[in-house]
Amino acid sequence: MGIVTPGFQGRPRAEAPDLPPGQYLTPDFPVLSAGPTPRVPRDTWEFVISSETGTEYRWSWDEMMALPQETPTVDIHCVTRWSKLGTTWRGVSLDTLLDGVDTAADYALAHSYGGYSTNLPLEDLRDGQAWLVHTYDGDDLPAEHGGPARLLVPHLYFWKSAKWVRGIHLTVEDTPGFWETAGYHDYGDPWREQRYQGD
Amino acid sequence: MTALPYVDGNMLDGPLGEVFAVDLSTATARCAHCGTTGPVAGLRVYSHAPGLVGRCPTCVEVMVRLVRAPDRAWLDLRGTTFLQIPIP
Repeated sequence: MGIVTPGFQGRPRAEAPDLPPGQYLTPDFPVLSAGPTPRVPRDTWEFVISSETGTEYRWSWDEMMALPQETPTVDIHCVTRWSKLGTTWRGVSLDTLLDGVDTAADYALAHSYGGYSTNLPLEDLRDGQAWLVHTYDGDDLPAEHGGPARLLVPHLYFWKSAKWVRGIHLTVEDTPGFWETAGYHDYGDPWREQRYQGD
Repeated sequence: MTALPYVDGNMLDGPLGEVFAVDLSTATARCAHCGTTGPVAGLRVYSHAPGLVGRCPTCVEVMVRLVRAPDRAWLDLRGTTFLQIPIP
C-alpha cells in the first residue's frame, strides 16, 4: 500500500488562491433576495445621491446612460459562501457620480426599490472600487439580479452591492442597513471573513 | 415613593423559554406596518438570502428576520407588534 492515499487528490477548495477563506467557487449565478423582486421601468427609474445637508443630486435613466461608462471585470463573493470569478459588468463609476457632490460625510447608506438598504464607508465607493451597473455579461441586468441597475462593490461581500439601488444617503454617522441590523458585519471584508458582528 | 426594584435578565429565562419552546407556526402575529393579524404560518418567508425574512402577507413589509451564525442567532421582531401564542 502506497504512502499517498488515493482519495486525497486535489487541494481543498478553501485553499484556492483566488478565493477568500471559507468560500467555494460556483459556475452559476445564484439568486438571493430578501423579498419580492421589484419591477422598475426605466422611464420612471431614478438615482439620487443625497448629502448630509439634504442637497440632492438626481439622474434619470437617460442621464445616467449619458455618463462615461466602464466595463469592470471583477470577482464577487457572497456571504452565503459562493464566489464567482471574472464577472463582467458595465456601468458608471461611483467616482463619476460623486464628482461634484459637495459632502463632508464619512458614510453611505445605499437604499433600493423594494426597501432594502446597506451601509458602507464612503471611501469604499471611491477610487475605482464601486460602480452603478446596468449590464451583466453583455446583456441588460435581469431584474432577479438587481436590474435595471444595482450597486457593484466587489471588494466587500456581495450583500453590500445593493440590488435595485435607488440612491445613496451620505451621512456623518454610520447607519446600519437591512442585514447589518440583523447580525451581519458592519463592513464585510471577505478576505478577513467579516461575516457576522464581532468577526 | 421608592422606585420598584429590578432584577437581571436571568429572570427572563423561564418565561421566554416557555414562549420560544412552543411551535410558533400556531402563533398569531400582528404586522407593525399595516396591522394585519394572522397566523405566523401565513407569513411569506424568503429563505434564499443571508437570513430568513418573514413578510406580512398583506403589505409585504418585513415582520421577522432571523440570522443564524454557527454559534449565534439574531431575531429581529421590530416589524411585529405582538405574537399571540397558545399556551394551554
